[in-house]
Amino acid sequence: MKALVKGAGVAGLTLAFELASHGADVTVIEKRHRLAGSASWAAGGMLAPWCERESAEEAVVTLGRLALDWWDSILPGQVVRTGTLVAAPARDTGELDRFARRTAGFATIGEEAVAALEPDLAGRFRRGLFFAEEAHLDPRRALVSLKDRLVGMGVRFEFGYGAVRVPETIDIEADCTGIAAGVPDLRGVRGEMLLLHAPEVSLARPVRLLHPRFPVYVVPRADHLFMVGATMIESNASEPVTARSMMELLGAAYALHPAFGEAEIVEAGVGVRPAFADNLPRVSREGNRISINGLYRHGFLLAPAMARQAADMIFSTQRELAHAPHH
Amino acid sequence: MLELYGQKFSSRLLLGTALYPSPAIMADAVEAARNEIVTVSLRREAAGGRTGGKFWSLIQSLGVRVLPNTAGCHSVKEAVTTAQMAREVFATNWIKLEVIGNHDTLQPDVFGLVEAAGILSGDGFEVFPYTTDDLVVAERLLEAGCKLLMPWCAPIGSARGPQNVDALRSLRGHFPDVPLIVDAGIGRPSHAAAVMELGYDAVLLNTAVAKAGDPIAMAGAFAKAIEAGREAFLAGPLEPRDMAVPSTPVIGMAAFS
Repeated sequence: MKALVKGAGVAGLTLAFELASHGADVTVIEKRHRLAGSASWAAGGMLAPWCERESAEEAVVTLGRLALDWWDSILPGQVVRTGTLVAAPARDTGELDRFARRTAGFATIGEEAVAALEPDLAGRFRRGLFFAEEAHLDPRRALVSLKDRLVGMGVRFEFGYGAVRVPETIDIEADCTGIAAGVPDLRGVRGEMLLLHAPEVSLARPVRLLHPRFPVYVVPRADHLFMVGATMIESNASEPVTARSMMELLGAAYALHPAFGEAEIVEAGVGVRPAFADNLPRVSREGNRISINGLYRHGFLLAPAMARQAADMIFSTQRELAHAPHH
Repeated sequence: MLELYGQKFSSRLLLGTALYPSPAIMADAVEAARNEIVTVSLRREAAGGRTGGKFWSLIQSLGVRVLPNTAGCHSVKEAVTTAQMAREVFATNWIKLEVIGNHDTLQPDVFGLVEAAGILSGDGFEVFPYTTDDLVVAERLLEAGCKLLMPWCAPIGSARGPQNVDALRSLRGHFPDVPLIVDAGIGRPSHAAAVMELGYDAVLLNTAVAKAGDPIAMAGAFAKAIEAGREAFLAGPLEPRDMAVPSTPVIGMAAFS
């Protein structure tokens, strides 16, 4: 079976993997000239289905929990299973109660336990929620590694691909182009993020700092790099980060640890998350065209489950066709 | 019927559209409350409304009246520009005017508010001013051209409910014919019922519904409380007394002992 996957973001690459590992002959085409620049490239890389439940439907937990093992088995060593710490400034501890009411899979911990988990945060938070089962990965490293792995499996990549030229004979065409797909009821939710280099700060796990107005998360990456994200703005605009958003993100990072005040701003990035009205992803199919879209802020978390759904849909139809009586 | 700038409404709940888990849940909440007016912030989303078009069209598909707001504006100029932009995007002269004076408490800059209200009223806007419960500011806003007032009952998003009932009562007493909408600070349906019992005409809220465990159910609960509060006001609630008053007569009762 020949498959064409459009889009080399997390949805396209995970689908390419599912298809190729079922023996399909896969080509991935990408409008951009490189992996960088997609919404996935600006992602936090948190595999945090339980925390996400705070503002998402239960489906995000049931589908998302599969992602931890999926990434772990495809990219061994890249999934860091150190959990998530949720904290709130002293005057906003009400937010912590609210978060706790809406989620599960955590332990409420006190000041000493916070300090034991994250020594750099010692004395800064009297109470926190610890989601021990959660994990994170570096999304950029994961995308690059996954692409390399796919190339090793015989998947072809064509970057800088114009919209017009479609390969000769294909059995299935999968649209994984996110907001660019232009699906009618798809909307963009703009997210702005910062990449900070803070040599004085060490964190072992993503920390979510609750705030009634500017909730943020800080995800540690290698070499004291930290991803601080992310705004949620109802907009398709991919223009540069605004000063206001940067102030909010930096203010929150500074509230988490003052040493972030001395950090270098390595990058200020923007991504446009594709979302449907219910903020849940969809796999849809019409003839030999299939699409995965609407991953919203859950790309790395939900793409594996969506890719599996799409692959099941494709291969079950293939089997039916193969067993259908010939005329 | 609630009458705002010549338009009549059955629902006395004005609902904000921010902070919901998803636009779909927001839409269901609006429906559950049989809501007829929603507020939309133009401040952060999409210059000119071009880029946030999908969200706007979703809101417009709700079939409700849109009250754009100038949330997050900290100066007169910013608020006026945002209002003008909102008029283009939503094709409405209605504007909820917010001029924030303090970043921490988000309390209105009443001086800037009066100035901006004057400019916008002169420019043909129908202004819904988000103000404090100060009586003199209220008078100035009416002089500036506002035909209704939206005093807070507590800081935005604080969910504390009516903090100064006497001031709210005093506003109602001074402006019997001006529509008064409590905007900001409502946390629970009982808070909404309490201000409606004072004779307020409507309630505007967002966080209390959007961030509730079940926003759709909470929207319905608020709708009921607001209706109950209104009916109670019209029915004439009893005034509190310092001593007990038995509900059955005692004089003339046979005494058995």
